Amino acid sequence: MSTLQEAPPPLATAEPAKKSPRGRGRLTPYWLLLPGLLWLVVFFALPMIYQASTSVQTGSLEDGYKVTWHFATYWDALVEYWPQFLRSVLYAAAATVLCLLLGYPLAYLIAFRAGRWRNLIMVLVIAPFFTSFLIRTLAWKTILADSGPVVHALNSLHVLDLTSWIGWTSGDRVLATPLAVVCGLTYNFLPFMILPLYTSLERIDGRLHEAAGDLYAKPSTTFRKVTFPLSMPGVVSGTLLTFIPAAGDYVNAELLGSTDTRMIGNVIQTQFLRILDYPTAAALSFILMAAILLMVTVYIRRSGTEDLV
Amino acid sequence: MEQYEPDRLTPVQAAAMRRSLRNGRAAMTRRSLLRASAGGALTVGGLGALTGCGIPAAGKTQGGTSAQDHSAQEKVVNFSNWTEYIDVDDSGKHHPTLETFRRRTGITVKYTEDINDNNEFFGKIKPQLAAGQATGRDLMVLTDWLAARVIRLGWVQKLDPSNLRHAYTNLSSQFRDPDWDPGRAYSYPWQGIPTVIAYNKKALDGVEVRSVSDLLDNPKLKGRVSFLSEMRDSIGMTLLDMGKDPAKFTDDDFDAVVARLQKAVDKGQIRRFTGNDYTSDLTKGDIAACVAWAGDVVQLKADSPDVDFVIPDSGYMTSTDNLLVPNKARHKTNAERLIDFYYEPEQAAELAAYINYATPVDGVKPYLAKIDKDAANNPLIVPDKAMQARSHSFRSLSQKEETAYEEKFAKLTGA
Repeated sequence: MSTLQEAPPPLATAEPAKKSPRGRGRLTPYWLLLPGLLWLVVFFALPMIYQASTSVQTGSLEDGYKVTWHFATYWDALVEYWPQFLRSVLYAAAATVLCLLLGYPLAYLIAFRAGRWRNLIMVLVIAPFFTSFLIRTLAWKTILADSGPVVHALNSLHVLDLTSWIGWTSGDRVLATPLAVVCGLTYNFLPFMILPLYTSLERIDGRLHEAAGDLYAKPSTTFRKVTFPLSMPGVVSGTLLTFIPAAGDYVNAELLGSTDTRMIGNVIQTQFLRILDYPTAAALSFILMAAILLMVTVYIRRSGTEDLV
Repeated sequence: MEQYEPDRLTPVQAAAMRRSLRNGRAAMTRRSLLRASAGGALTVGGLGALTGCGIPAAGKTQGGTSAQDHSAQEKVVNFSNWTEYIDVDDSGKHHPTLETFRRRTGITVKYTEDINDNNEFFGKIKPQLAAGQATGRDLMVLTDWLAARVIRLGWVQKLDPSNLRHAYTNLSSQFRDPDWDPGRAYSYPWQGIPTVIAYNKKALDGVEVRSVSDLLDNPKLKGRVSFLSEMRDSIGMTLLDMGKDPAKFTDDDFDAVVARLQKAVDKGQIRRFTGNDYTSDLTKGDIAACVAWAGDVVQLKADSPDVDFVIPDSGYMTSTDNLLVPNKARHKTNAERLIDFYYEPEQAAELAAYINYATPVDGVKPYLAKIDKDAANNPLIVPDKAMQARSHSFRSLSQKEETAYEEKFAKLTGA
């Protein structure tokens, strides 16, 4: 919020020096863009073109693959694997909602109530990232073990009877069921929800709360009319950062799931590495990308917020 | 099998691309590209670039298979192996057998543990080998089916028998003649991997498990049974259980096995198809019984008194991990000398004492007994004749079969 303004340079001195700095100045943004652009071209654009090409090829490992513009691969893949697509979206959506429900109160606490504990809590939120993604996921196998305390408690509270009934778990276990996969996804992506939420909340001017109070708003009304709308950018970017990677994740489904919880990421992995059907794998990746892009566009349009964080 | 020739861009398209590169934001709009390609065959000109890509035939090897052998001048051999698949000393840094090899021959082994998964490793070496380039490796260890595939593709070199006297003499008879490498012209086993049924006594709680049928049918084990995600092991064990021979089954047999497993999946009998991660589930008791790899079972048995194994009456599967010399390896002779070294019973015993898999070398028992009596008497590590007679291997598959079977198996496992 600087109020300093540069005085316009005297005309006489500007004239002779004009050419070189202006010329260089015009190019500077491009030079600054160059590393990022190169990165994008080499690691995003080129692989995308290569993938797009692969998806319309036909052939086999031994005879090679040729571009035959075989677009039917897309349709076949969609017809064959729509259940896994649908499942990925559902699991990712469930994990995102859970992340929001868990993450919002925590982010609120850190932003407004934590005081001197703020930094410590932030470190605790980020701490799990210091260990590997795989280890964190495998830890859930211990937490949710059949004979472990969590499952025991859920069983004695008859929670698992309920979740079994609606198909989230099977029998008296949690592992190798949809619930375990959603738990894993929620846990692994929770920090991606909390951090943008916190950034958004923290920027809210405390005086707005006071003003709302002065105008006789109840705390709940203040939250509904002031805090939450102002935190929308954080909510939107948090949900995006959670939903997008969760929809493409395959590790959680692989380690915590079973045959009926395989997500589209697992299918792509199997197609690419085991069956060596590269065109189908590439087509599935593109369909996933397109579907996510579409959903995200609709979501951002409807959420009515321009800026993300 | 010929090199794919990409379609050239039309001059108008090329000009549009160049313009787009020069003028930044103005040029590369969808409309300018559409305009540019209006006269061309393609409706969307940008996609013309896609045609330029293509994956060349994998079997194609340009410029021959062998590089010049630098073994005499460069006393090294680059050896790629799976993680934790060789002896180590207490410090965890040195591999005693490799040191012995260096002392004896003056050849330094550059040992890299860069194989974690056959499929992934294949993805890693494929670009170089398909293009006929060197991988920087002289020796690599691949499981049967992948070894069969790289031999079929012509990506590995025939071994020189005159460098492999011990290997030829001491190779166990059960591994001598796989149908994918008759007489072992290209490969020698590093270790054998028996597939057996493992169980957790405590979790079974008196339920008896003696066969794959017990795993699939006993309602008391519902949701507490796992199979391996390695197609040949799970299918092979079930084939044996159904009285078929995994060395010569038909498409119908395969379908029958898949149907049998599918039924077990549908009724919730099979909890998961797993990689190595079944080990923790089994020790915890989340899984009561499962199809398992013997090397893991030996280790688990040592760590947990509850875990044990059974070999079904119908027999068991044994696969092997095989040493192969890829095309364009710089030190082929050195690699062969290393293979031969590990076929000396004394060295094989050192290795067997450490890694718990089945040794493919005859005459190891007396040497192993000196190091570890228990290991020497363990039929999973040194299979006796009776044990060998019950061992079966999966027949090699044509590429078409491989794709079709993997696809069916993937459906079974959820995708």
